[in-house]
Amino acid sequence: MTDSKYFTTTKKGEIFELKAELNSDKKEKKKEAVKKVIASMTVGKDVSALFPDVVNCMQTDNLELKKLVYLYLMNYAKSQPDMAIMAVNTFVKDCEDPNPLIRALAVRTMGCIRVDKITEYLCEPLRKCLKDEDPYVRKTAAVCVAKLHDINAQLVEDQGFLDTLKDLISDSNPMVVANAVAALSEIAESHPSSNLLDLNPQSINKLLTALNECTEWGQIFILDCLANYMPKDDREAQSICERVTPRLSHANSAVVLSAVKVLMKFMEMLSKDLDYYGTLLKKLAPPLVTLLSAEPELQYVALRNINLIVQKRPEILKHEMKVFFVKYNDPIYVKLEKLDIMIRLASQANIAQVLAELKEYATEVDVDFVRKAVRAIGRCAIKVEQSAERCVSTLLDLIQTKVNYVVQEAIVVIKDIFRKYPNKYESVIATLCENLDSLDEPEARAAMIWIVGEYAERIDNADELLESFLEGFHDESTQVQLQLLTAIVKLFLKKPTETQELVQQVLSLATQDSDNPDLRDRGYIYWRLLSTDPVAAKEVVLAEKPLISEETDLIEPTLLDELICYIGTLASVYHKPPSAFVEGGRGVVHKSLPPRTASSESAESPETAPTGAPPGEQPDVIPAQGDLLGDLLNLDLGPPVSGPPLATSSVQMGAVDLLGGGLDSLIGGTNFVAPPTAAVPANLGAPIGSGLSDLFDLTSGVGTLSGSYVAPKAVWLPAMKAKGLEISGTFTRQVGSISMDLQLTNKALQVMTDFAIQFNRNSFGLAPAAPLQVHAPLSPNQTVEISLPLSTVGSVMKMEPLNNLQNNIDVFYFSTLYPLHILFVEDGKMDRQMFLATWKDIPNENEAQFQIRDCPLNAEAASSKLQSSNIFTVAKRNVEGQDMLYQSLKLTNGIWVLAELRIQPGNPSCTLSLKCRAPEVSQHVYQAYETILKN
Amino acid sequence: MSASAVFILDVKGKPLISRNYKGDVAMSKIEHFMPLLVQREEEGALAPLLSHGQVHFLWIKHSNLYLVATTSKNANASLVYSFLYKTIEVFCEYFKELEEESIRDNFVIVYELLDELMDFGFPQTTDSKILQEYITQQSNKLETGKSRVPPTVTNAVSWRSEGIKYKKDEVFIDVIESVNLLVNANGSVLLSEIVGTIKLKVFLSGMPELRLGLNDRVLFELTGRSKNKSVELEDVKFHQCVRLSRFDNDRTISFIPPDGDFELMSYRLSTQVKPLIWIESVIEKFSHSRVEIMVKAKGQFKKQSVANGVEISVPVPSDADSPRFKTSVGSAKYVPERNVVIWSIKSFPGGKEYLMRAHFGLPSVEKEEVEGRPPIGVKFEIPYFTVSGIQVRYMKIIEKSGYQALPWVRYITQSGDYQLRTS
Repeated sequence: MTDSKYFTTTKKGEIFELKAELNSDKKEKKKEAVKKVIASMTVGKDVSALFPDVVNCMQTDNLELKKLVYLYLMNYAKSQPDMAIMAVNTFVKDCEDPNPLIRALAVRTMGCIRVDKITEYLCEPLRKCLKDEDPYVRKTAAVCVAKLHDINAQLVEDQGFLDTLKDLISDSNPMVVANAVAALSEIAESHPSSNLLDLNPQSINKLLTALNECTEWGQIFILDCLANYMPKDDREAQSICERVTPRLSHANSAVVLSAVKVLMKFMEMLSKDLDYYGTLLKKLAPPLVTLLSAEPELQYVALRNINLIVQKRPEILKHEMKVFFVKYNDPIYVKLEKLDIMIRLASQANIAQVLAELKEYATEVDVDFVRKAVRAIGRCAIKVEQSAERCVSTLLDLIQTKVNYVVQEAIVVIKDIFRKYPNKYESVIATLCENLDSLDEPEARAAMIWIVGEYAERIDNADELLESFLEGFHDESTQVQLQLLTAIVKLFLKKPTETQELVQQVLSLATQDSDNPDLRDRGYIYWRLLSTDPVAAKEVVLAEKPLISEETDLIEPTLLDELICYIGTLASVYHKPPSAFVEGGRGVVHKSLPPRTASSESAESPETAPTGAPPGEQPDVIPAQGDLLGDLLNLDLGPPVSGPPLATSSVQMGAVDLLGGGLDSLIGGTNFVAPPTAAVPANLGAPIGSGLSDLFDLTSGVGTLSGSYVAPKAVWLPAMKAKGLEISGTFTRQVGSISMDLQLTNKALQVMTDFAIQFNRNSFGLAPAAPLQVHAPLSPNQTVEISLPLSTVGSVMKMEPLNNLQNNIDVFYFSTLYPLHILFVEDGKMDRQMFLATWKDIPNENEAQFQIRDCPLNAEAASSKLQSSNIFTVAKRNVEGQDMLYQSLKLTNGIWVLAELRIQPGNPSCTLSLKCRAPEVSQHVYQAYETILKN
Repeated sequence: MSASAVFILDVKGKPLISRNYKGDVAMSKIEHFMPLLVQREEEGALAPLLSHGQVHFLWIKHSNLYLVATTSKNANASLVYSFLYKTIEVFCEYFKELEEESIRDNFVIVYELLDELMDFGFPQTTDSKILQEYITQQSNKLETGKSRVPPTVTNAVSWRSEGIKYKKDEVFIDVIESVNLLVNANGSVLLSEIVGTIKLKVFLSGMPELRLGLNDRVLFELTGRSKNKSVELEDVKFHQCVRLSRFDNDRTISFIPPDGDFELMSYRLSTQVKPLIWIESVIEKFSHSRVEIMVKAKGQFKKQSVANGVEISVPVPSDADSPRFKTSVGSAKYVPERNVVIWSIKSFPGGKEYLMRAHFGLPSVEKEEVEGRPPIGVKFEIPYFTVSGIQVRYMKIIEKSGYQALPWVRYITQSGDYQLRTS
């Protein structure tokens, strides 16, 4: 007879019937009823209404019945917290049952009931169970501490359970040790700062001993815990490795991977000169290979991890290429991962075999797999130069198959091969062109168009080919449109006579008929380039491209190191740090490999560095396919060219006319232009300097005493953000006039002329009193110093922060903070009576107090220093050994600020109290004080 | 660290039974699993790890059931998968077959087992022999306090209980070598490896100490017997009863065995050996009319040995019809549901060469979709023989009662993943 009969009661009034049966006197009937309840629960019916009746059955000596009632409780206690209390007594009693199975069952179940009120009652039984004579109960209680901690961490700490748990690491029973380690690790993971797993050589030794005795799962807990330990030196690292390596022979794949994690991590500390290092490397390969005979899911985890290991230490598996060959019946996710690893391991030594395999895969039926295989052939060509020719001919063979997606994929990778080996394989272009019509994927179309444009001079009918794409221009995806635009411009530059019409057509399609801003911008750039200086256009558009590097899709090195610390976990499968997919800050600690020892650093040798990259050099990380294409496109943007203004166009086409109204009106709308040719419409709309708030550093440098304090010049606009124009500057105030001292440096290759500046509205109405005068054109590498007189009569707008000033020189925006003291006027001295009256008059809430630290000046020195910056001492007093200076100052807009400066001889800090009717300036006045006093 | 909850779902994704271990992932999240799986499958991006928001599903499939573990943390994925497989193993040993029916029929015990297998996401006791000592199917017979935790559960020797008695103390040792082979369409061997396992059937009383001696090359080199014929084992994996550190030290395989059947160890060798059964094939497809297949099989092992139960499966197009066969030995059968012809040869002596011809018709209208090119597969068993030449030199059995026990050894070589690609 089976349990399935319990599922078959579907009469009406079922709950009512069950209730009656649960309250029956007959034991057997009761038990049957509980089973029916559990069966209903299993199929998802709500039987919580029976809570009191089921709990009544809890006091039984029938173990099976008890387990069922416990199960019911775990499920429903949360929804019936008040009634759950009814169960507490039985739990407490069961925790003292002579049968350890029942004691453990009670403590295990109690921990699973996540009801606050119950947890309090759990403490006493748990304490006893942690010290139980039976290890089965102790190991269950150890886990219960972690459960309780999850519900109420404070309670666990207050009750001292954490210490008891730590003691259990020294328990005589290996399973208790393992569970205690697991529980502590779990708690530590959610409370990274707790320093619970205070691992030291002694406790490590205990763990390593327990490792030999506990179950496979316990071994995993211990190994995962060991992986968090940081050995104090390479000798300790080696001795731990020696004791961990036997685990590589365990039948359980998870034990093997956790052992691999510990070894990979601690290896970092071993010198590569060490014999042991080599031994360890050799020991790692066979178990990794054997993981590939495990169940497919475990193979998948293993392969994702091997992918990391191969990047970190390629020498481990470099001879094991064959085991990654794909089998017909491998699940697709295994196939794709194997393919990835094959490419990583590809080298001159094994390339022939790899290529033969890839060719085989490329004729399979699974589309994703085939595509990846074709792509892999391209990657091999780029990675192993000697194989490039064979790869290209393999790709051509594949193109002959005429299988649509194979052809498209092949064209995409051939484009990369052309990039890597320019002027080598162009003979195949004809074959490629034959397949033009079959390309329907944007990436393949874009790649083909790029090829046609790049080699336009060798393709007789390049204009026809490109024109054929132009017909449906607006239906193409953006990447194809951009590519087509560039390709036709290239074509025009190479064969100007026959293709004028075509280029005008594409320019007008891109600029006038498109609502894609990127496309329009690029169209305008080309248009302007072609119309102003075709020679420069040629230099820009047909510029030599940088080579693409060999390794692709490498994981960024710091991330790789972090992921090595997470071998075997989800992070290693996703190739993402846990912080990327685990919610919240909890449980996310960045792990890193132990620092390399000095000796091993020097031992870094070329053959151990990642293949293809010279030692010490970070391998270039190539962006994925899509970005690469973007890169290609952007190349054409080139460096900015400034030349003679618009009118000097020497192109025979009517481009200037075409540029007409729209463009000019756009330019007209801007404030100033300098240098004019850089006024590409693309930049007008977007303030380049929005993120450019290079704040003026007030606290350093030397001051001059001939006037207000002058800060040294700081760079306000770096050259790289302004097409070669670097601006640095500072502000000064001398005898009543404010000026902005600018230094303009031309770091571009072209002459710059016609500078102008305009200020944004600001709080104090600071504005240029005269136009910016730069008399001679600024040659490359030339620097010019200009002093721009400023007035405070410009339009005023309150800015945040208060003294923020924005400047724009043509398209270049920058912002800087001007120091407030340049606005302190010369007639800022208040008379004493006035001062007293005003001080009283200003409400106390307007008073602000500041500490000026590390300013060991006496009252005299401070007073004279401040005076030169127009802060005037009105009166001076000595109160209880402290010097009090009463001072006043006035801002250009007439705001008075009163100050009390308290200086205590021998104390480097002084106290500044400020009172002002406009309290928002206080902070800045304080900063001015600090700047002046410290310089 | 590990699973938050474990679910067993039917083929449609409906939960049959589940156990919530940690309570940090809502149990209702499982509803997302099946739609997600279907979606990924359609996208061709199916993987054993799926995620929906903050919840990650680690799943495996067993016959018509899905076993799914959920987590929201950076769990140890390899631990979870091997735990799920272990769970299947335990259920299979309890219920013979794990399927929808057996779960329904035994839901009480399934709950009990789930409770014992894992606690708060930490796998606990997963040895079904030991579990069977205190979680039994006839549990209603066990009344008051009679069921106790066997001390074995928490012992260092957690796989064998004390007090086992046999009238006749015997150990049966099976050395089984599986040959994995991958051959290119042009006949070159891409991959050839031997995966060996040593399985024991232990009928021994008490707590015996066993020591197994093999002709292991590393051991021979350690002990200075390198002249003898030996085998280099590339990677060895042991059952948890074997003292790994001892093996690491002096290559001694010493252990206290579990009772009954178990796999003591497995090993792998990638030394290239001559493929035991070599296949040459010509598959000619004449579009719209017929397929002609010619397969030649050759036994490339010693003349004294015989391969039994040889089955050579040759792929045929799925739209093939009207099969005709001619074989020099054995019989051929068309299995349309697998799209193969299976040529069976009961006994295939070494050195012999046989031939099979098959002829199929093809419809005149060709179907649209492209078919893959499945490889030819071969199954066989060669008794009294190991390819690697591995030998059991001795099995020492020491028990404190001092009984004499007899070890029996059998050798067998069989096909593993044996594939020859076709062009």
